[in-house]
Amino acid sequence: MTAQLLTFYLFSGVILISSLMVISTKNPVHSVLFLILSFLNAAGLFVILHAEFLAMILIIVYVGAVAVLFLFVVMMLDFKTSINKDNILQYIPIGILIGVVFIAELIIVLINTKFDLTNIQVLPNPLSDFTGKSNTEAIGSVLYTDYILYFQLSGVILLVAMIGSIVLTLREREGVKRQVVSEQLQRQGKIDLVDVKSGKGVDI
Amino acid sequence: MINLAQTYFIEVMTIILYCLLIFVPLLLGVVMALYADRKIWAAVQKRRGPNVVGPYGLFQVPADGLKFIFKEIILPDGSDKTVFLIAPIITLALSIAAWAVVPVQAGVVLANINVGILYIFAISSLGVYGILMAGWSSNSKYPFFGALRSAAQMVSYEVSIGFVIITVLLCVGSLNLTEIVMAQKTMWFFIPLFPMFIVFFISALAETNRPPFDLPEAESELVAGYQTEYSGMPFVLFMFGEYINILLMCAMTTILFLGGWLPPIDIYPLNAVPGFVWFLLKVTFVFYLFAMVKAFVPRYRYDQLMRLGWKVFLPLSLFAVVATSSILFFFNLAPGM
Repeated sequence: MTAQLLTFYLFSGVILISSLMVISTKNPVHSVLFLILSFLNAAGLFVILHAEFLAMILIIVYVGAVAVLFLFVVMMLDFKTSINKDNILQYIPIGILIGVVFIAELIIVLINTKFDLTNIQVLPNPLSDFTGKSNTEAIGSVLYTDYILYFQLSGVILLVAMIGSIVLTLREREGVKRQVVSEQLQRQGKIDLVDVKSGKGVDI
Repeated sequence: MINLAQTYFIEVMTIILYCLLIFVPLLLGVVMALYADRKIWAAVQKRRGPNVVGPYGLFQVPADGLKFIFKEIILPDGSDKTVFLIAPIITLALSIAAWAVVPVQAGVVLANINVGILYIFAISSLGVYGILMAGWSSNSKYPFFGALRSAAQMVSYEVSIGFVIITVLLCVGSLNLTEIVMAQKTMWFFIPLFPMFIVFFISALAETNRPPFDLPEAESELVAGYQTEYSGMPFVLFMFGEYINILLMCAMTTILFLGGWLPPIDIYPLNAVPGFVWFLLKVTFVFYLFAMVKAFVPRYRYDQLMRLGWKVFLPLSLFAVVATSSILFFFNLAPGM
């Protein structure tokens, strides 16, 4: 019973409980908050594995950006009218279906390894030796040399997705007044500073 | 189990002691920062500022704090009470947690972790949750609008802060805060990266909801933003969290651009001064700049704020990342090459 094991059970226990709460609380905002809690604890598990770079990226990307958008959208919903008082049991068939598929997949994987769990070599180590490097350097050197093509391709796909969603939602509205800063800055001679004598006023 | 307790008891106790060693000076720093903020603001406007409680009004902030502690905590009837009370606790806890990796002197740091700068970035990106939860759980219009504004603002300016940090990291070659400071031994980074220093400073103002970007609590439009429904102790927690965040941003500016605990010139009388004194002086200087900005810059309009973040700072900092890496690569200056 080391402290490492203890923290592992702590983190994974909180993940399990909060994941259960995600699907069992009635309030959607609470669900998202529990989802964020389980993300955070997953990051904790990465830290135990000495993968601190992945842990921080998980927090920055998923918790700091993606989940904020989730929370934004869910908060905008008028959930008070949409809280479902129906029997939760109606979702059980599809839940069982998904569970069966998942278990079947796991069993197939296990059968293919012929239950000889000592001899598994899923990824024979094709990579160079990383001893003495921090895991940021290790990930960087693999990602930007061995897998540069895939990295660039996924970047291009994300760019296309971004441009696509902008094109789909962009619409030009008529008669909207916008501030054009460059025009304002170029406007000369239209502003005068005048010393106004008291009680006299100025001509415009 | 007993064995475990014996093994880790002393370790846990030392960590708690170190935490107190961070927390108590931080609390004192917040009190002094609040006082300095009000005094500087008053001086710019030719007022006296707090000058009644204690000598030079020094005890004004503790007195205010005591007043808040003894006030009743009002829980709005329609609020989501759990989330309502958790929100200020999260804000304060996160802002203190970020200080765990801040080095105040060579080797004087609670956790000298490899990914220190990423840790601070991650923790400060979590800060938005306290505000969002507060705004939503108050179940009232003004807090909700304030929270939405604040969250959008923090997320926007985080992007450019991230790129600025990347330009610094390109020059350092490490994510460790101590190594970032040591890389500035020959030249502080605010000289070669001066435009990025400005971008970081302004983004830090926006990130901490300081004037001129304090739209979440623009009193003429939103009463007090996400804090509207808070009173007593929870309000104090928000206030403290906010000021600890401001001090953290001052410390980050110091570490990234002003050479952390290093003396300005490495000659005898200057480098005999202990490092944390230089660190404190620099943090105080950056905080003075923050307070001066608060005193004489009018508040931005919301669309101007968004325009500045997305159309000015984001392209600028993105260009700076490309330019810095190109220059470092071309002249073979990049660390580790």
